[in-house]
Amino acid sequence: MAEAFKFELVSPERLLVSEQVESVVIPGAEGEMTVMAQHAPVMTTIKPGVVTVKATGGKEDRYVVFGGFADILPSGCTLLAESAVHVNDIDRADLARRIQDAKEDAADAKDDVARSRAEQFLSQLTTLEGALIPA
Amino acid sequence: MPSLKDLRNRIASVKATQKITKAMQMVAAAKLRRAQEAAEAARPYSERMGAVLANITQAIGGGGDAPALMTGTGRDDVHLLIVCTAERGLCGGFNSQIARLARDHIRRLLADGKQVKIICVGKKGFDILRRDYASLILERVDLREVKTLGFANADAIARKVIHLFNEGGFDICTLFYSQFKSVISQIPTAQQIIPAAQASAASDTGNGGGAVYEYEPEPGEILSDLIPRNIAVQIFRALLENAAGEMGAKMSAMDNATRNAGDMINRLSITYNRQRQAQITKELIEIISGAEAL
Repeated sequence: MAEAFKFELVSPERLLVSEQVESVVIPGAEGEMTVMAQHAPVMTTIKPGVVTVKATGGKEDRYVVFGGFADILPSGCTLLAESAVHVNDIDRADLARRIQDAKEDAADAKDDVARSRAEQFLSQLTTLEGALIPA
Repeated sequence: MPSLKDLRNRIASVKATQKITKAMQMVAAAKLRRAQEAAEAARPYSERMGAVLANITQAIGGGGDAPALMTGTGRDDVHLLIVCTAERGLCGGFNSQIARLARDHIRRLLADGKQVKIICVGKKGFDILRRDYASLILERVDLREVKTLGFANADAIARKVIHLFNEGGFDICTLFYSQFKSVISQIPTAQQIIPAAQASAASDTGNGGGAVYEYEPEPGEILSDLIPRNIAVQIFRALLENAAGEMGAKMSAMDNATRNAGDMINRLSITYNRQRQAQITKELIEIISGAEAL
């Protein structure tokens, strides 16, 4: 059995997860990464996506996060999410509203940098939606 | 001298008021517990955020690429004050305490020849500050409709502030709110959020853990993402502390009011009984003296 480490998922409103886990898949800004115990210290921003938490018992839990960043140390991993919900509790209407907002942002963007950033965010959101709908 | 009927009405009305204040106290107590829970639940996030921020500022080592939100514009001519108060009254000196602190601050800044802009969060602070400084108030954020305070509310305020900063609207931003110490004690506090106070970063240098981080993407980029979020977190924390403080203040104010109403009822009842007795005695005397005259 793989070594366990401490994983914490925190949103501004509350602490969602704080437990010993085997591995966590994080949607990093520069690609997904799987974190296991003894991982090298990394600090990364995360994009909207799904975090998969594999607990020591082998049970898997999935959470949807909307941006934030992760602080990874050999002894543990802390994920600070802007907002996070369990995959079963996801509100479709809320997701649709976020996509709508992102679309408006992209349309309102003043310069190219802001527009490309907004469009990138929008595509991340739509990918996320696509991944969730069949689930 | 009020008549017996007047006294009876008076007692009935004070009793009704007492019932209302009693109910408000109980509602405030229930809400206080919820607000306190919310404030506690939000604490881990802001703590971790502080730790990460200290870590990353250390990594950058005060290099030239720190974003302006952190280092400031280098001037202090225009001050933005965000004054957070409650939406409702009847909570003792809670709102006026915050407003007084803000007003002292404004007066000092104006005396120094600085320019002051105000954003009011909450109706009561707006009402108080409007009297003297109506022309300085940029905006009023209304949270009246908000049932449970979410991070989105704080984020919206932070966005406005950052937008204003990027347009060069101000140099220094200070947040006014009430720190929740206990149910009976709330401390009005002024906290500078832009540029971020340097003291907190300096005091944390010890617990960096000595870990050499890899950054993905670059530290500067993470930092430019982190700082606006940190501002939102600070505002969120202030709003939560305020919510808890408001309920605490309301609870003790209503407790006082209930007790005062009780005292008043006692006093009025004594007057009422005395007067009734006096009237009975008077009638008896009239009857007896009437009988004697026969």
